[in-house]
Amino acid sequence: MRNLFSFLTAILMASSTIAQTIEVCKTCPISSIKDAIIQAKDFDTIIVKKGTYKEHDILVNKPLTIIGEKYPVIDGELKGEIITIISDNVTVDGLFIINVGTSYTEDYAAIRVRKSKNFLIQNLVLEKLFFGIYIEKSRNGKVFHNKIIGDAVEEYNSGNGIQLWYSKNVQIEHNFVQHVRDGIYLEFSDDCLIKNNVSTLNVRYGLHFMFSNDDTYQDNTFENNGAGVAVMFSKRIKMYNNIFKENWGTASYGMLLKEINDGEIEGNTFEDNTIGINIEGSNRINYKQNTFINNGWAVKVKGACYTNKFTENNFLYNSFDIAYNSNVNDNEFDKNYWSNYTGYDLDKNGIGDVPYRPVKLFSYIVNRTPETIILLRSMFIDIIDFSEKVSPVFTPDDLLDNNPQIKKLTW
Amino acid sequence: MLKILKYSFYDLIRSRWSYVYFSFYLLLGSVLLFLNNDLSKAVITLMNVIIVLVPLIGTIFGVMYYYNSKEFTELLLAQPLKRSSIFLGQYLGVAISLSMSLILGLGIPFIFYGLFKSSAIWDFSLLLITGTFLTLIFTALAFNIALSNENKIKGFGYAILLWLFLAIIYDGIFLMSLILFEDYPLDKLSLVGTMLNPIDLSRTLILLKLDISALLGYTGAIFKQFFGTSFGLIVSFIMLTAWVILPVLRIVFKSKKKDF
Repeated sequence: MRNLFSFLTAILMASSTIAQTIEVCKTCPISSIKDAIIQAKDFDTIIVKKGTYKEHDILVNKPLTIIGEKYPVIDGELKGEIITIISDNVTVDGLFIINVGTSYTEDYAAIRVRKSKNFLIQNLVLEKLFFGIYIEKSRNGKVFHNKIIGDAVEEYNSGNGIQLWYSKNVQIEHNFVQHVRDGIYLEFSDDCLIKNNVSTLNVRYGLHFMFSNDDTYQDNTFENNGAGVAVMFSKRIKMYNNIFKENWGTASYGMLLKEINDGEIEGNTFEDNTIGINIEGSNRINYKQNTFINNGWAVKVKGACYTNKFTENNFLYNSFDIAYNSNVNDNEFDKNYWSNYTGYDLDKNGIGDVPYRPVKLFSYIVNRTPETIILLRSMFIDIIDFSEKVSPVFTPDDLLDNNPQIKKLTW
Repeated sequence: MLKILKYSFYDLIRSRWSYVYFSFYLLLGSVLLFLNNDLSKAVITLMNVIIVLVPLIGTIFGVMYYYNSKEFTELLLAQPLKRSSIFLGQYLGVAISLSMSLILGLGIPFIFYGLFKSSAIWDFSLLLITGTFLTLIFTALAFNIALSNENKIKGFGYAILLWLFLAIIYDGIFLMSLILFEDYPLDKLSLVGTMLNPIDLSRTLILLKLDISALLGYTGAIFKQFFGTSFGLIVSFIMLTAWVILPVLRIVFKSKKKDF
């Protein structure tokens, strides 16, 4: 035991002699972060004291730990990129970064990680930014507990909050992103985990996936974004327990799925969206135990969607439950609860005795002539919907939920 | 006028039909709440019922009351009373007693169920307001029909036809014309079309509350302005008020000229 203790102290002593701590403050010998990085050796820790540092183009080219004490402000004065990390094993913690330069030719970011491994970016506050945290060609990193508040108004002159490009195995957790173009954007990035983030009030998408496979996103909240969340051209994406709320507008979706194959969508809540999920060309996806409340269209299926399964979902008070634009169907609906279901359950097994047809004729009419939406819930529409229900002509004949639940599902 | 209003009102309050109407709503409200266990869903169901049923009952009851009290009206006409006050008094008597049955009949079960603690209170009060407006409008229309037709059977026929037209046929024609002219910009036409039918108008009012997310899915800028802001609510209420005032003015006008 004593041996072990002395061994540990020896290691501690050794490491403290190797890794030094450099302090940066206005009155210290080293008063800028750039100088500190030049003076630092590998694996040193730089502590930035409270104050305002007017610096940009800070290049972190050795494995360092940069920690801010009481949120020192790094002001880029709108001159360009602020911190660029090109070394492995870098930690950046507790900084307040403002005034990133805007450019139409280069993507200036508050903090950029380029071709690095094992990075950790945490507890940052970013304001007045173009791009926030930009991770390119990097792997095995973590972006944790950052707050990104932009002031984006237009799509063309604003950047994304957290952007991943050709990166692998990155964890994005507990971040808060607001008022940027895309809250979180992944392109060509595989095996990432996006968890417990809140992305709201963004100009375009709360979360945006392009060509990224095998990613998981769970327990996130996406609220009031210009166009909701878009997941495109990706395979094997898992989406669990997210909340999609109040994405209103003509081209606004809780979630847009385009060319997504073999995904899993489970336990999510879609509330008050114009369109809950918009599906285009997506196959073999399991939708399970999701809740759709008060959406205009809970699920809008736009063709080329095969072998999707909707089981045990709650469809509550949506204006339209499911909308199709053709009368071909290869998707399966089973054991869902539909608040619009009007059947009965005589054998009292909790399953309605009459199958439910979730697609209404009126949704076809609205699809063709959008102005007719104004006749929603009119008695005439109820009558034609009823006659279509009795003998389907325009809606897919086999689109049925054979086991509609009588009571709302709880898990 | 107030005196006549009071007589018609008390007369109606004591009549069997008011009780039937009142207890119907009481039953409807309690059964809905009992079966749904959910205030907001019950409000949606009620909306469907109210929009169809209130106009029907308003028209039938209005026509019926006018024909039934014809002898009493003729007696009153022999007195030194203004004609407008006789007919307006009767009209308001019918309309107010019907609205009261509606408000109390639906209000009581919902209050007992805990309406005041629920977030559905605004939806529900909007429902009652539109219900009252519909009663006022359709009773006035019924009085118009009755004043213009001496023949009871004809009067009833027209009343039912009016209801059928505004509740169902109008929407059918509306839908067909929207589909027929789908190549043209239609958002103005569709809004005007809605304004011209009080049932559609009150339906839109309730849609504004319940289906706003679907309505915002449409591209038109006018739609967006109408549904996205309080503009729609204000215009709808103004139009509903106009729908009450115009038929009432015609009652006054017609009753002055009519030979009895």
